[in-house]
Amino acid sequence: MTPVLEIRDLSVDYGQGEGAVHAVSSVNLVLNRGEVLGLAGESGSGKSTLAYAMTRLLPPPGIITGGEVLHHGRDKPAPVDVLGLSPKQLRSFRWNDIAIVFQGAMNSLNPVSTVASQLEDIYRAHRPEMSRAQRTKRSAELLRLVGISADRLGSYPHQLSGGMRQRVMIAMALALDPEIIIMDEPTTALDVVMQRQILEQMMRLREELGFSVLFITHDISLLVEFSDRIAIMYAGRIVEQAASEDMYRASSHPYSKGLLGSFPALHGPRRPLTGIPGSPPDMRSVPSGCPFHPRCPSAFDVCEREIPVLEKLSGTNGDSSRSVACWLNTPSLSGHPGVGAT
Amino acid sequence: MRFLLRRALFYLVTAWAAITINFMLPRMLPGDPVQAMIARFQGRLSTDAIASLYVLFGLDTESSMLSQYLTYWGNLFKGDLGLSFTYFPTPVSEVIAQSIPWTLALMGVTTVISFVLGTMIGVYAGWKRGSWIDALLPITTFFSAIPYFWLGLIAISVFAVSWGAFPAAGGYEPGLIPGFDWEFISSALYYSVLPALTVLISSIAGWILGMRNMMVTVSSEDYVTVAHAKGLPEKRVMLGYAARNAVLPSISGFALSLGFIVGGTLLVEMVFSYPGIGYVLFTGVNAKDYPLMQGIFLIITMAVLVANLLADVVYLMLDPRTRKAA
Repeated sequence: MTPVLEIRDLSVDYGQGEGAVHAVSSVNLVLNRGEVLGLAGESGSGKSTLAYAMTRLLPPPGIITGGEVLHHGRDKPAPVDVLGLSPKQLRSFRWNDIAIVFQGAMNSLNPVSTVASQLEDIYRAHRPEMSRAQRTKRSAELLRLVGISADRLGSYPHQLSGGMRQRVMIAMALALDPEIIIMDEPTTALDVVMQRQILEQMMRLREELGFSVLFITHDISLLVEFSDRIAIMYAGRIVEQAASEDMYRASSHPYSKGLLGSFPALHGPRRPLTGIPGSPPDMRSVPSGCPFHPRCPSAFDVCEREIPVLEKLSGTNGDSSRSVACWLNTPSLSGHPGVGAT
Repeated sequence: MRFLLRRALFYLVTAWAAITINFMLPRMLPGDPVQAMIARFQGRLSTDAIASLYVLFGLDTESSMLSQYLTYWGNLFKGDLGLSFTYFPTPVSEVIAQSIPWTLALMGVTTVISFVLGTMIGVYAGWKRGSWIDALLPITTFFSAIPYFWLGLIAISVFAVSWGAFPAAGGYEPGLIPGFDWEFISSALYYSVLPALTVLISSIAGWILGMRNMMVTVSSEDYVTVAHAKGLPEKRVMLGYAARNAVLPSISGFALSLGFIVGGTLLVEMVFSYPGIGYVLFTGVNAKDYPLMQGIFLIITMAVLVANLLADVVYLMLDPRTRKAA
């Protein structure tokens, strides 16, 4: 597996000085070529902030305080740090290499211009050599790719349904055949049936076109189904990373277990929904030690004092891609037999 | 199209109501022009002269209100607004036709410049919020808070009286004959600088502030973030996405302000003794010149209605969401 995007030690603050909120703290994440990486967590866990930071779209007062975002381009010899790009390079990097499907299906399209003009915008900016006829032809192709008839090109966003708008957004994301597509809660505003259709279509397109996906959602059951690997975020940190199978079968962080227990499984036997007691932490005053300890059913004394680091899970048979940040997995401390398989 | 027809019908009804009220108003005011004239001549008018004045002005009490109303409508359609008392015997339509170009040229051009300039500054100030342009806002707001006739008086005392750089009153060099020659036009331009600047300075802040605030609001919309993410040039995002949406409320405000050009010019023209329609209205009111007042009120009403209709049409063109009925 070759990485296409590597996030190293990325930290993001909102505001400066004393009152700064650390929305993302030292996150390491690798997106491999051709895979679907799921990023899950409750509202306010920093998943969208992470996505905005790695594309440098953070609205003020968001500030990237440290780290690197390395992009391993298809035909570039060395990885490039996205955070160090000049404005011109950044503009060309955006959408060419990394496209985003945003969460607000309703507001992501400019209400006063047609679908065609918003699709062709991309070509006018990135492929100035294309003729008007070529642009129109390509836009029509894109719409067909997501199952919308080409005569919708002249429509305005308010004339489309929510599902169609999100399809247009996906078509837009595909316009320049990017290597990476970030999907930030792409189906939150849609009903369950539409959600499924759109995701299935997205995955079909991924097989055809071969891009990598960073899929951000709070709905972990969707991730289990649609992604290859899952990373779970809590209070601005990655607390667990594993292949979807492993995550679903045997997650080791108590928070991941809580998340998985909060959604009904679409397949398999019925089980009662448990949920997670308490509420997400106030990011202005994150609990000491492991930020999850006040809500954690298996917290013990160390958890209050020290922040656990994300470490490769020991004792798993051969699967090196699992890592977790939990003191339960340090046997000397917890007295638990590793893995925390309670 | 149906939307437009419905609007047009609405405006027709409004126009009828406005014209009717316009007919009633002067007749409900106390006093009449003959009384005013008697006062002016301090009783040196004979009874016969007074009676003939009433007949002359069409104020002989013989005819009923209704028949006066019908005559009024009939004359209106013929473009006959009656004879002015003050500029007797010039027809009102002619008085208006002579004065309105001055108002349109002064206020119309100033309003357009103020809107275009103010909106452009507003777009930039909103886009680069927190930059030095924001420091401009309190200054412009300060000037817009000053009543503009007072600003005009200050301008006259500073630039015309003390400094003498600009004329204090009038629309052109006295003695020149109005015509399309360079001498007259340059003189008219020179005379219009002071009133135009007064109006510009007092009105521009509104456009800047409105546009800036809408830009700030729109800049945080999702579609602007998407436009950034698409890697579009900044100028394209600023104009095509942010400003294009932010300008909509300003556009309707602008169309309405066009309607108030004719009516809102009164004070400026009084202060600068500018030969526009506001000044004529001022003299008309002083002389209880019913036909002239009615004529001018009619023009003001029509201007506002036409501007409103224009605003509807422009909005329809700029915002596809309002085209639902089509």
